[in-house]
Amino acid sequence: MPHQFSLTTLRGMLRRREISSTELTQHFLNRIDQHAGLNAFISLDHEGALESAKKADADIASGQQGALTGLPIAHKDIFCTRRLRTTCGSKMLSNFTAPYDATIVERLSAAGVVVTGKTNMDEFAMGSSNETSYFGNVQNPWDTTRVPGGSSGGSAAAVAARLVPAATGTDTGGSIRQPAAFCGLTGLKPSYGRVSRYGMIAFASSLDQGGPLAQSAEDAALLLSVMAGFDSRDSTSINETTPTAEALLSKPLEGIRLGLPTEFFDTSVDATVLGQVREAIGVFESLGAQLVDVSLPNSSAGIPCYYVIAPAEASSNLSRFDGVRFGHRSEDAPDLKSLYENSRAEGFGDEVKRRILIGTYVLSAGYYDAYYLKAQKIRRIISDDFARAFEKCDVIVGPTSPTTAFAIGEKTKDPVSMYLNDIFTNTVNLAGLPGLSLPVGFDTAGLPVGMQLIGRFMDEASLLSLGHRYQQETDWHQQMPEAFS
Amino acid sequence: MSISDKDVTRVAELARLKIADDQVANYRTGLSEILGLVKQMDECDTEGVAPMAHPQDIALRLREDAVTEQDEREALQASAPRVEDGLYLVPRVID
Repeated sequence: MPHQFSLTTLRGMLRRREISSTELTQHFLNRIDQHAGLNAFISLDHEGALESAKKADADIASGQQGALTGLPIAHKDIFCTRRLRTTCGSKMLSNFTAPYDATIVERLSAAGVVVTGKTNMDEFAMGSSNETSYFGNVQNPWDTTRVPGGSSGGSAAAVAARLVPAATGTDTGGSIRQPAAFCGLTGLKPSYGRVSRYGMIAFASSLDQGGPLAQSAEDAALLLSVMAGFDSRDSTSINETTPTAEALLSKPLEGIRLGLPTEFFDTSVDATVLGQVREAIGVFESLGAQLVDVSLPNSSAGIPCYYVIAPAEASSNLSRFDGVRFGHRSEDAPDLKSLYENSRAEGFGDEVKRRILIGTYVLSAGYYDAYYLKAQKIRRIISDDFARAFEKCDVIVGPTSPTTAFAIGEKTKDPVSMYLNDIFTNTVNLAGLPGLSLPVGFDTAGLPVGMQLIGRFMDEASLLSLGHRYQQETDWHQQMPEAFS
Repeated sequence: MSISDKDVTRVAELARLKIADDQVANYRTGLSEILGLVKQMDECDTEGVAPMAHPQDIALRLREDAVTEQDEREALQASAPRVEDGLYLVPRVID
């Protein structure tokens, strides 16, 4: 069945005319409808998708195909799309239609993708379980009583259930990598500045990065090669040539040194998770990688540091939602101040409000030095720790998350327990480095386990090449949940 | 690390976010817990360390001070809740 194939395989089949984009797209649209219970999608575009598929078939027939012509994907509902509404998982933007397409949407469309719809997500990307969405929570296809992870939970669930072969996501503290780990996928957070943030609704501007959620490193490399690239419309976009997909997958790995931080392998991590990660490291070793012990001594400071910086930046970014120029507007507005206060109170959910309030507090007079400035100093220390570790190794490895997917509702009562999910992922955002989560097995309950690879700045190639090599020796990445096959 | 009800209402006002009176205690608890987490920053010695805003310490790119934007007012205002004659409408500000 077509949905059992990777994006790369499907691309070959389309090019060899073994299947048409129309058939392929219809097949995935049927699956999306059939499995609506996962709640992976917020908006769907059957008509637009089939129109794009028809055009794709014509392009393929006339030999004019682009890198991704005819391949159905889905976009996380944080990327502005002209055709479909962009809600960011929030009541605040539940009826918002963007007047432009995000850069990555443009780039993927120019390459010929077929957009099936917009996926569900934690509200304004704030969450690790897709339980804060205004549009309801998303189920993990591996066990529908469990969370898919967050904030890119909809994209992760959609790809895990093969409702689409790949999807886009964003990652501010782990929001691509952790759902990839929980759902058995390959998820990449590129280096900061690698992928344009133009049209990507901002949560924390110094941490956000868009990237692919895919079935394999091969698929992720293909998507990155199209998504990435300098964009003058993003003032933080790095002006460096994007490697081709082939180059991203074929970096020579002889003598590559894998760093194992002592802090990532301690007792706070679930034993089966560690077991699967160690087994995967064993595979890398058998492929010729050298193992080196390293230390990231301040990694535990990453959590408090992140939960000062991210909310602070969010409080600034979300101040634009004021009921005036776009988004929800309160009817209860006798004066301007009430218009702001009530529109925002009505439009935002609890977690978003909590983070705006904390962010405002840590930036307010009298507290700025003790909190925000202190956090920025810790940021430098964490970044320096990585730099020091990278003197002894080329890629850092460890578990993506301390646990496998937890039950829906298990951590919603205690926001702080939810925040601890990010312990291995958010320091990577603080340092702007690339991070890849690979599926490396299952726990005793049959839930996916993810391993994280962290690279030097702009070295996605080492991560993807290692991932690709690993996936040529193992087949965890080809597994999909029985119930959706 | 505790925060008072007064802190909550002060910060809510700064953030232009209305918190109902019966919700203040709730938010106070939530924020206190987060501040408790944040207090762990004290364990990290940051003496003599310069703050870092950009993850790779890169300064933002500059460009020529020249007009490049087009007039797209209509398209941009299409998503506004209340617009008239190209102006955004809000409740009266000046008496």
